[in-house]
Amino acid sequence: MNRSSALKLIFIAAAFAGASLAFYSSRIGRLERVEASTINETTIAAGSDPAKSRAAFSESVKVFFSARCSNCHPGGDGPTQGDTMTPHSMEIKRGPDGRGIGEQKCTTCHQDINLDGDGLPPGAPNWHMPGEANKMAFQGISAGQLCRNLKDPLKNGGRKSAKDAVHHIATDPLVLWAWTPGNGRTTPPMSHADFIKKMNEWVDNGAACPE
Amino acid sequence: MAKISVNRKQYEVDADPGTLMLWVLRDEIGLTGTKFGCGIAQCGSCTIHVDGEAKRSCVTPLSSVLGKEITTIEGLSNDLTHPLQKAWIDGDVAQCGYCQSGQIMAAATLLKNNKKPTDADIDQAMAGIICRCGTYNRIKDAIKQAAINGGK
Repeated sequence: MNRSSALKLIFIAAAFAGASLAFYSSRIGRLERVEASTINETTIAAGSDPAKSRAAFSESVKVFFSARCSNCHPGGDGPTQGDTMTPHSMEIKRGPDGRGIGEQKCTTCHQDINLDGDGLPPGAPNWHMPGEANKMAFQGISAGQLCRNLKDPLKNGGRKSAKDAVHHIATDPLVLWAWTPGNGRTTPPMSHADFIKKMNEWVDNGAACPE
Repeated sequence: MAKISVNRKQYEVDADPGTLMLWVLRDEIGLTGTKFGCGIAQCGSCTIHVDGEAKRSCVTPLSSVLGKEITTIEGLSNDLTHPLQKAWIDGDVAQCGYCQSGQIMAAATLLKNNKKPTDADIDQAMAGIICRCGTYNRIKDAIKQAAINGGK
């Protein structure tokens, strides 16, 4: 082999190696992208611990089932009220947008602030409940079903992931009202800080659900 | 001084932002058609409209209605010609009359949203407006009559 042929061979080998590397890199990149877009939350976190996730959810689910939260998340068409979760007086219905119907709108009586005095309607910004299309029910279902619903956009108010659902729970003033309901109303059985800590633990460990 | 619009008329009222609209209307402006019933939004006697939506004025702070149009029973019509007012008079609905301005204001919201309410629609919409005299049947008949006569 003369010098010219040797150089040609080296050039061809280098070009082939480069092309192979480029192809392999693009495959990896593509695989990574596919993986990122379709990955299930139960496997997303490095070092996730489904048992720990389920335990965190099982502990925090009592907040969802407490009267302050469940009253506006019924399975039927109207809210409930009080610690006994009796149907709301005045035959209040949720309506298509969760803001009541006609004369019976939530904000006919509920203000954006709590009014101080026995028997006065509680209030917080944007007082409403889930609408008819996406009821986000907490009442009448198991902890496992509620857990799965929180991850389902068709049942969690259109939120794309468990993380988004937790963001709503962590920041929405109407949700936060439950911990400062005023007028002697009971609060959920866990502080909001502890509740969010547990919910984050649930998400970070794969958002696993109890049966 | 807070500036508010009531029945398409501008008022300046010297009241704390937390003052409830029932008292602004009755004590500051002198519109006494809106009644104090229970004071805790349970009976509906104090119902007014804020930007066309029913509100219990006994729990509605002044601060929440700034920049909005308030309508009271006095503003429903200038001459008792609103279809609900006519139906109320024709049907001799009122007994003691105390709750009736709230009943009519609530019914006006119903008819605005539902031109042909069924009995069930009326029962549901009016469930929160209490009449101690029990004139409910006459109220229901008057609402139906107003609907036929073009209530709004």
